[in-house]
Amino acid sequence: MPATSETVSTARSEPTASPTATTAAPAASRARPIAWRLASVVDVVPETPRARTLRLDVPGWPGHRAGQHVDVRLTAEDGYQAQRSYSIGSAPEELAVALTVERLDDGEVSPYLTDELRPGDRLELRGPIGGHFVWDVALGGPLLLVAGGSGIVPLMAMLRHRAIVLAGANDGARHRVPARLLYSARRWDEVIYRDELARLHEGDPTLDVALTLTREPPPEWAGFRRRIDRMMLAEVAWPPAERPHAFVCGPTPLVESVAAALVDLGHDPAAVKTERFGPTGGAT
Amino acid sequence: MSEPFVSRGFRGRRQSAAAGRLPPGQYETRDFPVLSAGPTPRTPLAAWDFTLRGRGTAARWTWEEFQALPRETVTVDIHCVTKWSKFGTVWEGVSVDTLLAEAGAQGVEPGPYVLAVSDGGYTTNLPLADVAGGKAWVATGYDGAPLAPEHGGPARLLVPHLYFWKSAKWVRQLRLMERDEAGFWESLGYHNFGDPWREQRYAGDE
Repeated sequence: MPATSETVSTARSEPTASPTATTAAPAASRARPIAWRLASVVDVVPETPRARTLRLDVPGWPGHRAGQHVDVRLTAEDGYQAQRSYSIGSAPEELAVALTVERLDDGEVSPYLTDELRPGDRLELRGPIGGHFVWDVALGGPLLLVAGGSGIVPLMAMLRHRAIVLAGANDGARHRVPARLLYSARRWDEVIYRDELARLHEGDPTLDVALTLTREPPPEWAGFRRRIDRMMLAEVAWPPAERPHAFVCGPTPLVESVAAALVDLGHDPAAVKTERFGPTGGAT
Repeated sequence: MSEPFVSRGFRGRRQSAAAGRLPPGQYETRDFPVLSAGPTPRTPLAAWDFTLRGRGTAARWTWEEFQALPRETVTVDIHCVTKWSKFGTVWEGVSVDTLLAEAGAQGVEPGPYVLAVSDGGYTTNLPLADVAGGKAWVATGYDGAPLAPEHGGPARLLVPHLYFWKSAKWVRQLRLMERDEAGFWESLGYHNFGDPWREQRYAGDE
């Protein structure tokens, strides 16, 4: 739950009875703590005027699943600390752990991460965190991804993972996990991972990428030019009968309206997983 | 790591007004962020009821019956595991003590643990001691208005002394249990108890 969560809905209407549950609760209290680790910045990649990707070497990193996040902790000289959560954008198969951070002008942590950090600097983090908003090829498809703004980050981890696993795979394997991404950004230059998304799209007939630009689309822009709505979802998304795994990530108003529209269109609420992004998870 | 690593050039934004009121690792927000793992359920009030289930028997209230229960207004600080805290939030609802007393009068037997169950299937587990004794409410109002669906309306559990995922949105049932049973996030790597003052965010913390 980064842009994490207080609350949820899931497939399980009835919690499992005693055997799992009684072992689960005590097991949780005995679990090994998620350790703070000192990562090194390998590379800082500008993505948009406001977003940077930090590629990190994390000694002892236990590995992650696409969709998970980390907690980052900054400590000032006098001991003052601030923590925030950031989604992982890299695939589990990649060596470096990549965080893409959007600069919030009034933010306490993000301006430090986007403006101050240089290759060679170090950064404390712990993770991976979150076991709900995750996907891997073994879970199957179709995959429906809906992103707003920097909400693309955990979804990109899923697309990168998918591309790596399917590289060299036959058509049958590809067609078992077709994917569609609908991504809303304000402007063309605010589309994070723009070139990489185009490359992934061109090289893969089983991946569709649809962009919508909600402000100042370029004159020649042929894509959508409005906020994601029910009609756009009906056009782009897999029909409910295909039973897609849906992941929605972005600011709260987008997530609320997209999730509601998907349920309205007939998608199973339990198959629609959501995660909020923004200064504090997205204010309302 | 015993000593935290000092981040070169990081000063941070100290929140002196929040001193003593902000649990470790939290920051104050004036917004009311919305967080949930799936679509917001929409249950019509005519179909809504609330159940307090003990061994063998259960007490049940319709929406109208629930509205007729004695109500309290509470002003509390809330702390989300995603690091934000919000001070002085004002809620209106029914104390869980009231529900326990009413249910007890109907023969519902308590157990040492509680599992809150919500529309959409969300669950969270708590010790009974943490929802009794004036520590928890089933809230139907926020800031003088009916609780909005995205914030858990028509009714959410309010347990302000624990991380806010314990304050289950869209709550419909409290099950009194003999044994502790991990809820939704508690099964997905989050802490079983979730005390913000001990920073019990994830399984294994403290």
